[in-house]
Amino acid sequence: MSPLIYILGAIVLIALWVMSKYNSFVVLRNRIENAWAQINVELKRRYDLIPNLIEAVKGYMKYEKEVLESVTNARTEAMKANTPATSGPAEDKLTQAVHNVFAVMENYPDLKANENVLKLQEELTTTENKIAFSRQFYNDIVMRYNQSIQVFPSSFIANIFGFKTKEYFEVDQTQVKDAPKVDLNI
Amino acid sequence: MIYDQIASNKRKSFVLVFFLSVVIIAACYFIGQAWMVNGGILGIVIGAGISVVLFLISYYSGDSVLLSSVGAKQVDPHSSSQLYNVVKEMSISSGCATPKVFIVPDPSPNAFAAGRDPEHASLAVNEGLLQLLNREELQGVVAHEMSHIQNRDILYATIVAVMAGMVVLIASFFRNTWFYSGSRRRNNQGGGSGGLLLILGIVFAILAPIVAKLIQLAISRQREYLADASAAMMTRDPSGLASALRKLQQVSVKPTTSNDAVAPLYFIEPHLNFNAASLFSTHPPIEDRIARLEQMAYIK
Repeated sequence: MSPLIYILGAIVLIALWVMSKYNSFVVLRNRIENAWAQINVELKRRYDLIPNLIEAVKGYMKYEKEVLESVTNARTEAMKANTPATSGPAEDKLTQAVHNVFAVMENYPDLKANENVLKLQEELTTTENKIAFSRQFYNDIVMRYNQSIQVFPSSFIANIFGFKTKEYFEVDQTQVKDAPKVDLNI
Repeated sequence: MIYDQIASNKRKSFVLVFFLSVVIIAACYFIGQAWMVNGGILGIVIGAGISVVLFLISYYSGDSVLLSSVGAKQVDPHSSSQLYNVVKEMSISSGCATPKVFIVPDPSPNAFAAGRDPEHASLAVNEGLLQLLNREELQGVVAHEMSHIQNRDILYATIVAVMAGMVVLIASFFRNTWFYSGSRRRNNQGGGSGGLLLILGIVFAILAPIVAKLIQLAISRQREYLADASAAMMTRDPSGLASALRKLQQVSVKPTTSNDAVAPLYFIEPHLNFNAASLFSTHPPIEDRIARLEQMAYIK
């Protein structure tokens, strides 16, 4: 009688443990999806803002065609990438291109006095920051998720139910943080 | 670590509410006893009522009480102002809900957060701060306040500020009543208020240092250092906050709106005219905060 109770008890405990692990994986996976959606909202906002900025500064920056074109090209390329691994580098390139425009803008006092341009600059800056912070947040959760499905013994449950590791956003932090210097004397 | 912090803040808040309630009920008992025969029971009932009302006000609308006491105005979430953008960025970085954002019409550069949890939090920034700091520095200060929200430091600080502030208010109300009734009684009987005067004197003598101590406890150096460190994590850049602190160290604009109750909540100690300034100066020295942040930047 009593050994049976112990065995039954052990089975119930294991079942409860499996359930709680399974649920925690699902919660983390949903959070990752949510964070990814969040990033995409901000990315889309940036794609929408960039043409406005270019339109606004084009009139002033007649001699900076290359800088503006590189932004447009980077934007087109970034819009094509749609997985975390490919999107990271493409977005970094776009960030750098936009920063180049900001750096060149410093040389045009008229631009810096233009209300509309200033507003666009603030909008783009905050969107970029939001992208950067969402990516950090995304990577943090992905790390927690990957860790939780790889450690022993929860890795068994992850394998049985087919939880796969997620890929990180590849970011070059040094490029994101510092606005690059642009030499205008060439 | 952060969960320890949250639990400790909740525990402290409970102890505080309990302790203040006992003090209020005791004070009301003595006042009632002195007022009339068997007035002590009535005093206890009134004291308990006051405690409950005070707690409910400070818990559910403590932030609005404090915000309206400094005349803060809410920032429209749809206006794409730089301040709101920066708050939004920090809420993304911390994974917290976005707090309500307020601007205080005060030329002294400062900021504070209040509320009971991240879903019911408010972040107020003085106009002076917005004028003084650039975007990165503002981001550092906002991140510091956001980590107070995340750690639930705001729960304890808000309850202290509102409850302690109201105790002082009630105390001064009783004092005025005493002056009034005291003179009246003197006219009628030519005495009898001596006992009341004595007891009120004792009550205030007990209340004043307790309230001062509570306000002092509301901020601890450790808590501020922790918030600075979390801010550096949130922005991934300690230099913004360090440079903000350096700028704030150099200005000393007298605040026009801040008061004793809100003072401990602020980002840096407001330059108020305290009677006992040394008693209240529990904010960590700005130089220390800068040094710690610079060390973080150096390690990175």
